[in-house]
Amino acid sequence: MSLTSFVPALPEIFVLTMVSLILLIDAAVGEKRRYIAYGLSLLTLIGAALLTLRDFSSMPVLALGGLFIDDPLSDVLKLFLYLATAAVLVYARDYLRQRGLYRGEFFVLALFALLGMMVMVSASHFLTLYLGLELLALSLYAMVALQRDSSVATEAAMKYFVLGALASGMLLYGMSMVYGVTGSLSLGGVAQNLADGTDLRIPLVFGIVFIVAGLAFKLGAVPFHMWVPDVYHGAPTAMTLFIGSVPKIAAFAFVVRILGQGLESQVTEWRDMLVILAVLSMALGNFAAIAQSNLKRMFAYSTISHMGFMLLGILAGSQNGYSGAMFYVIVYALMTLGGFGMILLLSRAGFEADRLEDFKGLNRRNPWLAFVMLLLMFSMAGIPPTVGFYAKLSVLQAVVEIGYVWLAVAAVVFSLVGAFYYLRIVKLMYFEAPADTEPVAVAPDTRLLMSANGLAVLALGILPQPLMAVCVHAIGASF
Amino acid sequence: MTYTTAIFYFFAAILVFAGLRVITSRNPVHAALHLVLAFFTAAALWMLLEAEFLAIVLVLVYVGAVMVLFLFVVMMLDINLDRLREGFWDYLPLAGFVAVLLMIEMILILGGRHFGLEIMGTPAPHPADYSNTRELGRLLYTDYVYAFELAAVILLVAIVAAIALTMRRRKDSKYIDPAEQVRVKRNDRLRIVKMPAVKKPETGKGEGA
Repeated sequence: MSLTSFVPALPEIFVLTMVSLILLIDAAVGEKRRYIAYGLSLLTLIGAALLTLRDFSSMPVLALGGLFIDDPLSDVLKLFLYLATAAVLVYARDYLRQRGLYRGEFFVLALFALLGMMVMVSASHFLTLYLGLELLALSLYAMVALQRDSSVATEAAMKYFVLGALASGMLLYGMSMVYGVTGSLSLGGVAQNLADGTDLRIPLVFGIVFIVAGLAFKLGAVPFHMWVPDVYHGAPTAMTLFIGSVPKIAAFAFVVRILGQGLESQVTEWRDMLVILAVLSMALGNFAAIAQSNLKRMFAYSTISHMGFMLLGILAGSQNGYSGAMFYVIVYALMTLGGFGMILLLSRAGFEADRLEDFKGLNRRNPWLAFVMLLLMFSMAGIPPTVGFYAKLSVLQAVVEIGYVWLAVAAVVFSLVGAFYYLRIVKLMYFEAPADTEPVAVAPDTRLLMSANGLAVLALGILPQPLMAVCVHAIGASF
Repeated sequence: MTYTTAIFYFFAAILVFAGLRVITSRNPVHAALHLVLAFFTAAALWMLLEAEFLAIVLVLVYVGAVMVLFLFVVMMLDINLDRLREGFWDYLPLAGFVAVLLMIEMILILGGRHFGLEIMGTPAPHPADYSNTRELGRLLYTDYVYAFELAAVILLVAIVAAIALTMRRRKDSKYIDPAEQVRVKRNDRLRIVKMPAVKKPETGKGEGA
């Protein structure tokens, strides 16, 4: 192995080096100059983005002994991971500072989680997939528990940790069965072995069941969703913002790599499992969200339904389906960043704006932020001309293409149910008197980012073609 | 029955017995000691599989380090066993049903029909001078160097997380930093303030300062 074989992994190496540096520098300069860690973290993201762009691959390249794959899919997704992480850092800054959570460990753990996601996104081996997942998960558990004085946060971290460990166990068990059947741990090797046919059908299906269950746990799809509302609700909102948005992009890559690349030939086996997961997720997510009065819990249930929708694209098992799901998950991350970001913006020292009534009459307190929230809610509900409509449409097209018309109809019906609770927020913002009369104090850069976030939802809805073309190209060149 | 088969059954029987005692013994220290025995016999089984390095590492790391720490913890904590056993008989029917179901499923899938020697074949034995320690080392630092480094990063995250979650400076702690004590100046200890006199000194009486 020569030194040049490390070149495809340069972004990962860069991020790891920078995290280690930030860890040391922040410990040395102390609390007074925390902005150094903040600035260095943003610089890390920019640097990693430049490195990824510099080596943007046009075709898949295996590296590091076949453990690592550098393909357009991983490059595109990594760029969105950087973008989303940067947005989280900016949104979360003031919130964390007001709650004494503005600590060096937050940046270090967030960047470690990012590194784990980068590893997952460009993994071509069960081993790296799993190690990336654990790196991400371990950082997230610690981030949730970072608010030590809050018993709710500690409880959420505990639940997240125990159920996450259980899911990892299931995933590993499934992987070991697949290894037993195919004799290979690399996704390419597994796919090749299965394409030749195997006599061990029953152990293989057994393994796939465990893998799908583990994946569903990590995605938070029904019936493996129990942890999502509690963790989203209990974690400090800044951490919820991170957990709810960025890892979903990596989770998409994780599912597509295992099911779409490794177990591609077994599509008939896992499709039915995903159909059940998707229908249950959309049904329970949308109906349960109606009953919530806490916005974080409501978004948690909405996440469950969105993950069900994303699974629709993956279960199609076609390139159109994968690119539709990729588009969906990117758009979902964008909307979630905006949604949780808005809760952070309206919160202030000693006050969490996470109940529905906190959004009452927002239009009178701050018309612009109310308008941005309106765009985000329209997009989550899938109302044109926002991008959420187009995301849902592209996924539904893929489902109809494989002949599952009833599934598409069911998905549309459940989205209509979901529109109720998104539009309820719009109604509260525009047609009710404000319960809270404090002026909304927002830092200029955060306000700018929130505006960009909201307008991006609108702009991508009017002109979805460029992003869609990127997704189609990334999937087309990687499969 | 060959010699190695006999040894295998001997160690396997001890392993099963030790495993059962871990969950059935009433004394936590006994349970921990039986776990040590279970690790030790498992290492012997690995030795039979020609995985010498793993066997020795299991003894060194788990028996030598992890279990010793574990024993310390068990001895220091006052564990109320009766509270842990509360509701044991209430949960037993359902838990037992699930466990039996799982066992039947696993026997059906993992049994000799799918993964038996006829299908998987016996691995070729290695010559006596074959060192699987060297082989493992070679693989870890060449083919799997990426995964190896990632595992190291995960351990680093574990350290960072453990420190971030547990280290806090207690406000009521009487701890004094020696470095601060050495650096202290006279002016930090003693402050001379000039105050204008607000009250005329009363002469004749011995009170006041």
